[in-house]
Amino acid sequence: MDSRPDIARAAAEAAARQSYGKLVAWLAARTRDVAAAEDALADAFAAALERWPKSGVPEKPEAWLLAVARRRRVDAVRRRLTREAARDHLKLIAEEMEARMTDEDLPDERLRLMFACAHPAIEPGVRAPLILQTILGFDAATIASAFLVSPATMGQRLVRAKTRIRETGIPLRVPERAELGERLDAVLEAIYAAFAEGWSDPAGTETRRRNLATEGIWLGRLVATLMPEEPEALGLLALMLFAEARRAARRSAEGEFVPLAEQDCDLWDRALIDEAEALLSHAAASGVVGRYQLEAAVQSAHAARRLTGRTDWVAIRSLYDALFSIVGSPVVAINRAVALAETQGAMAGLAALYVLGDDKRLNEYQPYWAARAGLLARLGQVPQATEAYDRAIGLERDPAVRRFLQGKRATLRN
Amino acid sequence: MRYMLMINNDEAAMAAMPIEKARQMSAAYSAYTDALKKSGAWLAGERLRPTQATTSVRIADGKTNVIDGPYADTKEQLAGFYMIEAADIDTAIEWAARCPAASTGTVELRPIWEMADYLPKD
Repeated sequence: MDSRPDIARAAAEAAARQSYGKLVAWLAARTRDVAAAEDALADAFAAALERWPKSGVPEKPEAWLLAVARRRRVDAVRRRLTREAARDHLKLIAEEMEARMTDEDLPDERLRLMFACAHPAIEPGVRAPLILQTILGFDAATIASAFLVSPATMGQRLVRAKTRIRETGIPLRVPERAELGERLDAVLEAIYAAFAEGWSDPAGTETRRRNLATEGIWLGRLVATLMPEEPEALGLLALMLFAEARRAARRSAEGEFVPLAEQDCDLWDRALIDEAEALLSHAAASGVVGRYQLEAAVQSAHAARRLTGRTDWVAIRSLYDALFSIVGSPVVAINRAVALAETQGAMAGLAALYVLGDDKRLNEYQPYWAARAGLLARLGQVPQATEAYDRAIGLERDPAVRRFLQGKRATLRN
Repeated sequence: MRYMLMINNDEAAMAAMPIEKARQMSAAYSAYTDALKKSGAWLAGERLRPTQATTSVRIADGKTNVIDGPYADTKEQLAGFYMIEAADIDTAIEWAARCPAASTGTVELRPIWEMADYLPKD
């Protein structure tokens, strides 16, 4: 499937992204003007994506990008590069480049930039898109379709957010210990949103946009590398790797949806699972438990099925109990109800779901209806199960999952 | 705000669908319509007969032309519509993505241009 040009392109793209993100962060750290930093580098980044797959990645990618950015400025190819702010950035490049780039690497400012993007003063919904754009150089249109909003809206939001960083004076720094926990959580949440796109099914994480999942893992690795002593950063990376490890098993050869319980363990990626387990035990050694470690631990319990041949639902349930006491979101409550049904019967699970019934948000939340339908079906309450399946089917975007739910609905005894 | 969701599908491909798949598809539409109704977003929605049942009417130079078939020959044809109420375009996009047609063809979203917004203010 992967041909040589594809591999070259992927390698070049990764290098270009890495260098681009580092340079944007490095420039923005000095001026706090993210938009101008991006402007200054946009052409250089585009040129790199075009040239590096053919000619190979240069020895000093950052120096290459800076040189192109400068040359473009001299050529005055692009009108927008004559913008005041971009000019300042390019002057900065010119001044610091020779000094910096001769024999040492740029300091890696990406972590600071990520903390600025996920700052409490930035609207939560735009944090993940902002990180994708500034650190990875994604364009607004790509981000927009991944997050299901119109490109125009996404473009506006990103511009507004960057203006806020500049005008509100949001600092590009890693927060002090005292506030680090909460602030790091916002960064991790943004990365997880990019990975999972805010959506999971009751059985486990089901990612539909492969590309964004890969990028999320890439960002997760970046944070884990830059903050190796933060257990939650490691926990998030472990969580994403566990989910990614199951990718090949999530669809049958015919493209049909395969729920976690029915997946063939031999199709799971053992190397990814091992890496995730190692991360998780390294995180656990810190003795500080958190949301992502608990979620990763749930995935670890699911992954254990490949060794034991069974799923330890008692362990999963107590993990969700702990998670619920920390997070308490309806999403966690749904997963907890499903685990409860596995340990104490469908009736107990259903009772736990009904408690949530008043939450209006659940009206449009597919996993709630899918879980409810499954439990009602188990109890033989056919009319109610049918209705719940219909709700789930009507709310589902993925055709394979929709077909799966329709199949389940069809097997109900009328 | 009100939005029109225009469903565009490749008619030939749709017609060639095996009966079992067609049944499944139409059940998916029912579920989708139901979800719209239960969330209070549904205003209207209908399926249209295929383009072979289309008639186009134009008046040029005082002469009325009635033509069989659709005006433009495109890969996808208008197959139906929904009219929904949504807080904003993001919510409307969310509904459009859930429409079964989003995975077989294209769902085009157009905000309704309310009369109050285009009539000159007194």
